[in-house]
Amino acid sequence: MSTPSPLHAVHEALGASFTDFAGWAMPLRYGSELAEHKAVRTAAGLFDLSHMGEIELTGPEAAAALDYALVGKLSAVKPGRARYTMICAESGGVLDDLVVYRLAEDRYLVVANASNAALVAAELVSRAAAFDVEVVDRSAQTALIAVQGPNSAAIVREVTGADLDALPYYAGVAATAAGHDVLLARTGYTGEDGFELYVDGALAPDVWRALSAAGEGRGLVPAGLACRDTLRLEAGMPLYGNELTAELTPFDAALGRVVKFDKGDFVGRAALERRRDADVEDKVLVGLVTTGKRAPRPGYAVLDAAGNRVGTVTSGALSPTLGHPVALAYVPAATSGPGTALSVDVRGTALPVEVVELPFYQRPA
Amino acid sequence: MSIPENLGYTEEHEWVDLGGDTATVGVTKYAADSLGDVVFVQLPEVGATVEVGEACGEIESTKSVSELFAPVSGEVTEVNDAVVDSPEHVNLDPFGDGWLFRVRVTGTPELLTATEYTALIAETD
Repeated sequence: MSTPSPLHAVHEALGASFTDFAGWAMPLRYGSELAEHKAVRTAAGLFDLSHMGEIELTGPEAAAALDYALVGKLSAVKPGRARYTMICAESGGVLDDLVVYRLAEDRYLVVANASNAALVAAELVSRAAAFDVEVVDRSAQTALIAVQGPNSAAIVREVTGADLDALPYYAGVAATAAGHDVLLARTGYTGEDGFELYVDGALAPDVWRALSAAGEGRGLVPAGLACRDTLRLEAGMPLYGNELTAELTPFDAALGRVVKFDKGDFVGRAALERRRDADVEDKVLVGLVTTGKRAPRPGYAVLDAAGNRVGTVTSGALSPTLGHPVALAYVPAATSGPGTALSVDVRGTALPVEVVELPFYQRPA
Repeated sequence: MSIPENLGYTEEHEWVDLGGDTATVGVTKYAADSLGDVVFVQLPEVGATVEVGEACGEIESTKSVSELFAPVSGEVTEVNDAVVDSPEHVNLDPFGDGWLFRVRVTGTPELLTATEYTALIAETD
């Protein structure tokens, strides 16, 4: 039996189709995921992301504990700002990718993927044991509502009254919505301007309804996890389980930049230093595009001109915005340059593809 | 969910409308809803011979790829070009405009009745 989101009744009333996601029953789509995708690109979409994990660290050594527990330098993040980072095993393998908010000098919120939330919480408790900090897993009672799309700022401004000009990308501040305290962040996973509101689960339906009401006349539609995946793919954003796994280090995932060595010891440091300095042929995460309608799918082989397998597709779909298939794949550095002609084995047929720079889609400036 | 009484069904969530020796084939509303928005349909060619239970085409949604299995044996006499051009017909009208292909049937097809198919999807859910 899947755990219902605090917004489950709201979704049922909207006629959502549900999917089991990491033990949660979450809205997959409300009608057509293509229509929801388009609404996010052209107007706005309202997402329930309450399945995500939220773990709070509070105490005088919260910054030091996170510098040790994660690969990023969280002590360098200013209060009110957020950082994309990762938690790695001693072996250097990625256990999860995270967004970490510094709420105050001595208080952080770590946001984990639903599938890894319990592991991340347990690892943070054990890694922070030697520090003067309290680790509290707030995943069960915290709801997360996202408003994403070009009209999201107008909607969020109406509901919160917040000064959004003072809220840059990857910032989060305390705010009120529908009379309730929320953490309002300018973050997202769609490639659009957007906001995420963290709120107590019991209060989430009020906040959802207020955002829905403010979205009337602004093209806001409820949007499910199906379109969230195609939106993030077009934006070239990695998904844990597809592009990131415990078998890959951040360097293998072409995200070595998130590992900060200009700090003290941290879990995975020795392995990650070895990997950084190793003379191995780097695999590179690249974008692939092709014509037609048939998409490369996760696990399909990437072939070179001679038909030899050189890589593997990690995500792929027919891009709703662009109208042609797009895919993410790991290939050797030598065949990763934009314009390189490769092919993908699509169920026995070699489909010609071309390497392109990521992201596939970038919102108009 | 409405399941037309007059059609035959398969465990692969396809429907078959038998009229004389010609069968019209499509996927059920249950299948269409499960797939999500269909974006690509590959159908067998007119004149091709299909064998019951064998893969004869593909349906792709944004998220998944599914094989089409021939629910009957025989020669393909017609394919729905409209659904190839506009795959959304599968979602909008799976039992009508979203039909996929027609087969001149050889032998007697073994199909589920509407009642049996209704029971099947009730078990699946």
